[in-house]
Amino acid sequence: MKQLMLGNKAVARGFYEAGCCIVSSYPGTPSTEITEEAVKYDEIYCEWAPNEKVALEAAHGASLGGRRAACCMKHVGLNVAADPLFSISYIGTDTGLVLLVADDPGMHSSQNEQDSRHYAIAAKVPMLEPADSQEACDFTKQAFALSEQFHTPVIVRMVMRICHSQSVVDTCERVVPPQREYVKDQSRVMLPAQARKAHIRVEQRTKDLIDFAETSPLNRVDEGRDHSMGFITSSTCYQYVKELFGDTYPVLKIGMCNPLPVKKFQDFAASVHRVIVVEELDPILENHCRMLGIPVEGKSLFPMVGEFSQSLIASCLGMDAKTTQAIADPIPPRPPVMCAGCPHRGLFYTLKKNNCMVYGDIGCYTLGSFAPLNAMDLNVCMGASLSGMHGFNKARGPEYEHKTVGVIGDSTFVHSGMTGLADIVYNNSASTVIILDNSITGMTGHQQNPTTGYNIKGDPAAKIDLEALCRAMGVRRVRVVDPYDLKATDEAVKEELAADEPSVIISRRPCALLKNVRHQSPVQVDTDKCVGCKACMQIGCPAIAVRDKKARVDTTLCVGCDVCRQMCRFGALVRPDGRNA
Amino acid sequence: MNQPVRNIMIVGVGGQGSLLASKLLGHLLLNKGFDVKVSEVHGMSQRGGSVVTYVRFGEKVYSPIIDQGEADLIVSFELLEAARWLPYLKEGGQIVTNTQMIDPMPVITGAAQYPEHLEEKIAEKARLDALDCLELARQAGSAKAVNIVLMGRLSRYFDFPEEDWLESIEACVPARFVDLNKTAFSLGRNHTPA
Ligand SMILES: Cc1ncc(C[n+]2csc(CCOP(=O)(O)OP(=O)(O)O)c2C)c(N)n1
Ligand code: SF4
Repeated sequence: MKQLMLGNKAVARGFYEAGCCIVSSYPGTPSTEITEEAVKYDEIYCEWAPNEKVALEAAHGASLGGRRAACCMKHVGLNVAADPLFSISYIGTDTGLVLLVADDPGMHSSQNEQDSRHYAIAAKVPMLEPADSQEACDFTKQAFALSEQFHTPVIVRMVMRICHSQSVVDTCERVVPPQREYVKDQSRVMLPAQARKAHIRVEQRTKDLIDFAETSPLNRVDEGRDHSMGFITSSTCYQYVKELFGDTYPVLKIGMCNPLPVKKFQDFAASVHRVIVVEELDPILENHCRMLGIPVEGKSLFPMVGEFSQSLIASCLGMDAKTTQAIADPIPPRPPVMCAGCPHRGLFYTLKKNNCMVYGDIGCYTLGSFAPLNAMDLNVCMGASLSGMHGFNKARGPEYEHKTVGVIGDSTFVHSGMTGLADIVYNNSASTVIILDNSITGMTGHQQNPTTGYNIKGDPAAKIDLEALCRAMGVRRVRVVDPYDLKATDEAVKEELAADEPSVIISRRPCALLKNVRHQSPVQVDTDKCVGCKACMQIGCPAIAVRDKKARVDTTLCVGCDVCRQMCRFGALVRPDGRNA
Repeated sequence: MNQPVRNIMIVGVGGQGSLLASKLLGHLLLNKGFDVKVSEVHGMSQRGGSVVTYVRFGEKVYSPIIDQGEADLIVSFELLEAARWLPYLKEGGQIVTNTQMIDPMPVITGAAQYPEHLEEKIAEKARLDALDCLELARQAGSAKAVNIVLMGRLSRYFDFPEEDWLESIEACVPARFVDLNKTAFSLGRNHTPA
C-alpha cells in the first residue's frame, strides 16, 4: 500500500518489516519520532534509555540474545555511544543490530554540525544513507540483512531533511526471523589477546564489504545524456542534483557511504569529463576520490557549512539566481521562546536578579539564555553544567562558589549529570546544583524519562526519587522549591549559594504543555492601576505585552502561572477569582 | 499529467497548527495521484519560533524543499511571517494569509518594531488574499481551527472539487472535530472580505 510517510516513520516501518523486536533509544531531534513511531507497533518492544550509551549497549545485548535490535539517536548522541560502538564493531554480531543516527546540517535544533560518517570510518562499520522515505524503509531492512551477513553492527545515517520530510512509501509485510540460540563464545571477551584477533577479522570484513559495495545496487549510476559532467552524491544532495538537472548528466548515487567501492568510482569518473562531488558537511566522498587519484571538484565549489538546496548548488555552479521580492522594512526575527507558564521562567528570573554565573546545560531551559532573561553564561553538552561548574569553582574558589550555579533538566541529569554530581561531592566543591524538574523531557517533544514515573507507552513505571538519590550520593543540603513562587525561589537560591558545601535545589513544577497539568484562568489587567512601567515584561513571557502604556495579556496563551503578578508593584495584574494574596 | 511541479509553503508561528494543514494537503494530493513531498520542522523551532513547511507535488518530485523565488503559493498563519517569507514567492505567485499579528520576543522586549501597514506593503509586491482567520475560526467554534479556515481559503486556488477537500478533513482530524472543521473550511472558502 502506498502511503505518505515521514522519513522517521519509514525507518520505524523498516524496523517492523525487518522483524526487529527490540528498540532502545534516547530522544534527540531530528531522530526522536523513529522510536515514537516504532512503539506504535505492538510487536516491537521499545524503550527510552537514560542515554545513548546505555541504549546502544541494551540494543547490542538484545541482538546477543538472538533478536533483531535497533537503537536511535541524534548525531551528538553518537559521541556518547561511541565507546560501546567501537567495541561492538570488534565483537561483531550474529543477529541484526542497527544503529540509526540523525545528523542536522544547518543546525535546525542542535549545538553543532558534526558529520557522523566519520564514526563509521573510525569504528569500521558499514553505513547506509537513504535519500527519501522509501529508501529509509528499504535501507533499514537491508541494514539488518547486512548486519547478519557480515557479522557487524550497521549504521543508517539520516539527515534532518530526510527525517522530517514526507514522501511516498510502498509498504510490505513483517517477516520475523526465528530467535537465535545463545551460545557462549569467549572470543567476545575483549581482552587484548582476543581483541587482536578481532581486529584482524574486522579488517578482513572491511575488504569483503568493499567487494560487496562494488556490485551492490545501494551504489548506483543514474544514466545521463550529457557526459561533459557527472555528479557523485548521496542522501538529500542527490535530490537537489536531480531537481536541477533531471536526466541530463550521469549521477553516481552512493547509498552505502562506508566502506566505499573503488572500481565503481574509477569507472564512473572515466565515463565523464568533469566529476563534481556534492555532499553536505565534510568532504568524505571527495577525499575518497582524491585517495584514488581521481580529479574532482567538491569543496572548492560548495561550502563545508550548513544545509544545501537546489538553489545553493545552482549558485555554486554559477547558474542564475531566481528573481525575488521583499518589503523594504526590516523584519524582526522570531526566535523560539519559553512557553507561557513555563516553570523554568521564574527560576531564570531569580538567577538573573541574583546576578549568578550560570553554568548551563541542554534543554528547554537553554532558552533562558535569550533576551530578556539572558541568564546563562554558557552550555557545552549534556551533563557538562555540573562537572564544568565543579572545575570552574576549583579554579576560582569561594568568591565564585557563592555566586555560581549549574542548571540541569531532569532528563539531562539522569543522562549524564549524576556523574558530575559525584565529582562535586567526592572532590568537594561548594557547588550549587539546580535540577529543573519539569517531569518530562521537554525540548525534544515531551518524552518520559526515569524520573517521571511513566514509560514510553505512558504506562506507570519505577520513578527515581531525585531527593533521595542526591542524598544517597552524599549531598546533605537538598531542597525542593516551586519556581512559580518567586519569593521562595529567591530564598532558596540565596541560602544555597551561601552554604560552604555542595547543595542541590530541585526546582519542581511540571511543564506547562503537559496534558495532565491543570491551568488557572488567565491573569487580568486592571488598567486603572497599570502605570505602564513594564516591570512585568522582565520575565519575557510571550503572553504579555505593553501597548499604549498599558499591559495586555493574551488570554489564548496565558495559563495563569502568576509569575508576572508577583512582578507588579501596583497590583495591576489580578486573578479573576480574586485570590490575589 | 506531465505538469511542472507546484510549490506551496505553509508558514507561521510554532504551535499554530501548521502540521495538520500539511497533513491534510499531503493526503489530498496523494489521493489525486500526484507524487508528493512535504518537509516539516520539528524541535527547537516549535517553541513559538518562525516555522515553515514545504509541500511540493507533480508527476515526479525530487527535492523536498522550496527555495527563494520558487513558491507558487504561500499560506501564512500570521502577517509578519507572510512578509518574512515573501522572497520565497515566485514572480506572479499568490499569498493567502491570516491577518492575525503575533509579536515576536524582540518586539515584546522593545528591541525591534513590528512593521506598520504590512498588508498594504505586501500587496504592493504580490497578489494577496488576506482574511481574519481567527475570527472565522471562533465563528466555527474554536480558535484552534485557524489552520482549517486557511485550508478552506487555499482550496479556492485549486480546481479540485470541494468534496475531495472535505474527505481529507474526515481522514485527517479526529471524528469529534470533523463537523467543526468542515464549518471552518467552508467559512474560509466562502468568506468575502468586507
Ligand atoms: C547527547 C545528546 N543527546 C540528546 C540531545 C537532545 N536533547 C536536547 S535537550 C534534551 C533533553 C532535555 O530534557 P530535560 O533535561 O528534562 O529538560 P527540558 O527540555 O525538559 O527542560 C535532549 C534529549 C542532545 N542535545 N545531546
Ligand atoms: S515545553 Fe514545557 S519546559 Fe519547554 S518551554 Fe514549554 S513549558 Fe517550558
